[in-house]
Amino acid sequence: MPAVSKGDGMRGLAVFISDIRNCKSKEAEIKRINKELANIRSKFKGDKALDGYSKKKYVCKLLFIFLLGHDIDFGHMEAVNLLSSNKYTEKQIGYLFISVLVNSNSELIRLINNAIKNDLSSRNPTFMCLALHCIANVGSREMAEAFASEIPRILVAGDTMDSVKQSAALCLLRLYKTSPDLVLMGEWTSRVVHLLNDQHMGVVTAAISLITCLSQKNPDEFKTCVSLAVSRLSRIVSSASTDLQDYTYYFVPAPWLSCKLLRLLQCYPPPEDGAVKGRLVECLETILNKAQEPPKSKKVQHSNAKNAILFEAISLIIHYDSEPNLLVRACNQLGQFLQHRETNLRYLALESMCTLASSEFSHEAVKTHIETVINALKTERDVSVRQRAADLLYAMCDRSNAKQIVAEMLSYLETADYSIREEMVLKVAILAEKYAVDYSWYVDTILNLIRIAGDYVSEEVWYRVIQIVINRDDVQGYAAKTVFEALQAPACHENMVKVGGYILGEFGNLIAGDPRSSPLVQFNLLHSKFHLCSVPTRALLLSAYIKFINLFPETKATIQEVLRCDSQIRNSDVELQQRAVEYLKLSSIASTDVLATVLEEMPPFPERESSILAKLKKKKGPGAVSVTELEDGKRESGELNGGGDRGQDAASTPSPSADLLGIRSSAPVSAAPASAGSLLVDVFSEAGPAAPSGAVNDDGFLRFVCKNNGVLFENQLLQIGIKSEYRQNLGRMYLFYGNKTSVQFASFTTTVNCPGELQSHILQSKPVEPLVEGGAQIQQVLNIECLTDFSDAPLLNIKFRYGGALQNLTLKLPVTINKFFQPTEMASQDFFQRWKQLSQPQQEAQKIFKANHGMDTEVIKAKLLGLGMALLDNVDPNPENYVCAGVIQTKSQQVGCLLRLEPNAQAQMYRLTLRCSKDSVSKRLCELLAQQF
Amino acid sequence: MFIFMLLFSRQGKLRLQKWYVPLSDKEKKKITRELVQTVLARKPKMCSFLEWRDLKVVYKRYASLYFCCAIEDQDNELITLEIIHRYVELLDKYFGSVCELDIIFNFEKAYFILDEFLLGGEAQETSKKNVLKAIEQADLLQETKRSILKSII
Repeated sequence: MPAVSKGDGMRGLAVFISDIRNCKSKEAEIKRINKELANIRSKFKGDKALDGYSKKKYVCKLLFIFLLGHDIDFGHMEAVNLLSSNKYTEKQIGYLFISVLVNSNSELIRLINNAIKNDLSSRNPTFMCLALHCIANVGSREMAEAFASEIPRILVAGDTMDSVKQSAALCLLRLYKTSPDLVLMGEWTSRVVHLLNDQHMGVVTAAISLITCLSQKNPDEFKTCVSLAVSRLSRIVSSASTDLQDYTYYFVPAPWLSCKLLRLLQCYPPPEDGAVKGRLVECLETILNKAQEPPKSKKVQHSNAKNAILFEAISLIIHYDSEPNLLVRACNQLGQFLQHRETNLRYLALESMCTLASSEFSHEAVKTHIETVINALKTERDVSVRQRAADLLYAMCDRSNAKQIVAEMLSYLETADYSIREEMVLKVAILAEKYAVDYSWYVDTILNLIRIAGDYVSEEVWYRVIQIVINRDDVQGYAAKTVFEALQAPACHENMVKVGGYILGEFGNLIAGDPRSSPLVQFNLLHSKFHLCSVPTRALLLSAYIKFINLFPETKATIQEVLRCDSQIRNSDVELQQRAVEYLKLSSIASTDVLATVLEEMPPFPERESSILAKLKKKKGPGAVSVTELEDGKRESGELNGGGDRGQDAASTPSPSADLLGIRSSAPVSAAPASAGSLLVDVFSEAGPAAPSGAVNDDGFLRFVCKNNGVLFENQLLQIGIKSEYRQNLGRMYLFYGNKTSVQFASFTTTVNCPGELQSHILQSKPVEPLVEGGAQIQQVLNIECLTDFSDAPLLNIKFRYGGALQNLTLKLPVTINKFFQPTEMASQDFFQRWKQLSQPQQEAQKIFKANHGMDTEVIKAKLLGLGMALLDNVDPNPENYVCAGVIQTKSQQVGCLLRLEPNAQAQMYRLTLRCSKDSVSKRLCELLAQQF
Repeated sequence: MFIFMLLFSRQGKLRLQKWYVPLSDKEKKKITRELVQTVLARKPKMCSFLEWRDLKVVYKRYASLYFCCAIEDQDNELITLEIIHRYVELLDKYFGSVCELDIIFNFEKAYFILDEFLLGGEAQETSKKNVLKAIEQADLLQETKRSILKSII
């Protein structure tokens, strides 16, 4: 090592830094800095030309001042001058200044680019590296424009020095990340891939980052890297620890390169070539074996490097998810780490196991560690580790262990850190719902949740428990009893009062028989909480009271008294006052019958995506591994409109997670291709009229054959929800257009076209508002009349401007002939008599097809009911079969239809037969239905 | 890929900052302020990794200095710890048992060494010898220049 001249290369700078360090106060520091800035300014402006050394010194001082956190608005030109100095250190400081303090001044950029260009062509490797470092550090679009075509040449040229190649590779990577459109690998692809074979390990290390990034974007073009990466990895893994000389790190051969190779392989599926795959599996086994060997050094660096490779190998094994043997070994290895004394390893093991839990091969193996994980949740001293343990418990939860896990999470909640409580609450609520076998357990869990962590229970959670109680009559009595008991607590959380008010208002009658919870006792209990609650809760309670008047006429006088008192009827809050006045009036003038109708029990809520799940997804951001979907028929695609007056949900549109730093902002929307498979038609095309129906994708449309409500379409900009109702030959469809962005949509227009014979089916649709504000939703109503039977669906065309670009999109509206069904009940005898009457060959349509979904009886029944026909029991001699009957109502005629669906569970096939009084209807229904099961 | 790297003292003074993604000065200052606070509040035996906002953060304390990196979601935490360690080794070897003052007074050197080691947020050269060789060459150029200067004086 040469004797380092620490800073005395620039004495003035050292003196200045000492001065700053000696400043006793912030004010003194600012004063000293201002003095220096004035000095430098005068030097730069002075008549005397500065020599290179002084210029370098002052530029360096400016840099120091900037790094202290002060703004610098001059000196750029002097720094740029330094770039063209032929003295290395001056050039170096110039580049450093530019890298840290880029200025978008275009004149300056031109000069900088010029200097870089000179250095790149200087053939002096040190200068070339400096220039490449500068491009990599700044990485602006202007630089990409100037150099993106030059750098690949430098990278692959035979006479380029290794160090320059390394810089060139990473420089290109940076430019590719900022301006992928400008970096065209084309002819260089194969030579870049072959850098994996380079003699120089440093070159491979640098090049592999570039190759990984390019492979992610263009996997096919870079496919050949897989076998090269495997053989390189294999050579490293099998090398002795001294073979790689300086690339061995604490007895671990090339840990960085190994990790990167394993990372690159994760861009691809398992190798198809048997030999390559065999070699790779061997590598992975060796890595797992090495983990069991005694360490070659006690240093933490040794074990970290070794385990870094091990974790990366496990990630690859999980990524492949195809080698049960390796998956289980990985799981066992992680299991050992769960009890390791190093906190870091415990943390990573918990994190990595979360992904293993979702593989079918290792789910069971992960579950065996439940006690250790619960213990971690209880005893880890570091909140970030506890958080990982909670995540893992959530991921490993299934029906068999749900009660235990939920209980543990609940008890942890009592002492959990504030930062993670809300997420924990959501997770408990989701698990309780997802794995509820009996709903009384579910109700208990949620009420406990409110009791323990009421402040963190968001609206979504308590809305959801109400939705579920309302939809399931077997739990209503239990729920009423339990909330009643919970409300007895002297201090109970406001959320508990809300749930209590709602549930007793609906189902208080179910427990009113017991004198301990007679109507008046219930009312007094609720009202004792009234004065401590916020306005929205009080409003909810007032609604519960009026419901009480209907449920229990004997409470009428007491409640009217309460409504009549000044604090209600003259309340300064408009909402409360209005409710009090209206409810009082309603209760005094309406007859019992009217009251019973108005205050009838809430109808069941439509099935929808659990609002809590949507909330957790939103919290975690898209693509969070730990959020698995709710299944079990409790979920359909999100429904837009909340039902009910009080349990109203915000439309559950999971917006892309708020990217706090804006660092990984997703690609600009206008540049995104129409990627998702569910997009119906070329969403971003600038083309004018609707695409021909040949290009219209049926997926979204077909989902609505058996249901009327849901999300028809969704992309990054727009969500379209549908709610529709039909009666005889008439229908009404509500379309909800939601702007998912924060930017206004301009010139928003929608048109409905009915191809051919459909011409007059859609009676009227008022034009929509031309402006849709960011985040807003607008509604449109279509009135529909079915004149005659039809097979083509109407097309909805939507046009709007988003940030100047015209968006044009055409969707099939899910109006199908079956919407106009009237169900017809009939006995077995009648059915077969009619069946025989419709025996002409053209009246029948039949299809035999493979089951696309599970053959679950309840699901099939639900779909057939959704179709609109009557599902007839005890008609078909074979109880496995389903038969239905219905009449399609059109303006011109009625069409009788009979349906028979014969499942064959063994073959996973169905035979579907339709007989209708009109042959075109048989055909169309058969087509529509064959794709539903 | 590294998103940024910060070096700060136990008192929260920033000693080096390197950003590998374009951010405004305001954002940088905000992130720095908040992250430094978060890391300083952690206790010694705690784990070196944390999820902070949308980022994975890896940090380690060496004497009075904290080395703190933000990495991308799929990046390997342990290997990042060793990147930090190798950088410390490089500084140590170059300055000869490095201390905070070396980095304060020779901040530009700390940046040059970092650029030789990590570029665009990825490891460019992991061999200690090769990185130091590159820096030595630069210093030699400086030495010659200075001796010429001296001979003129």
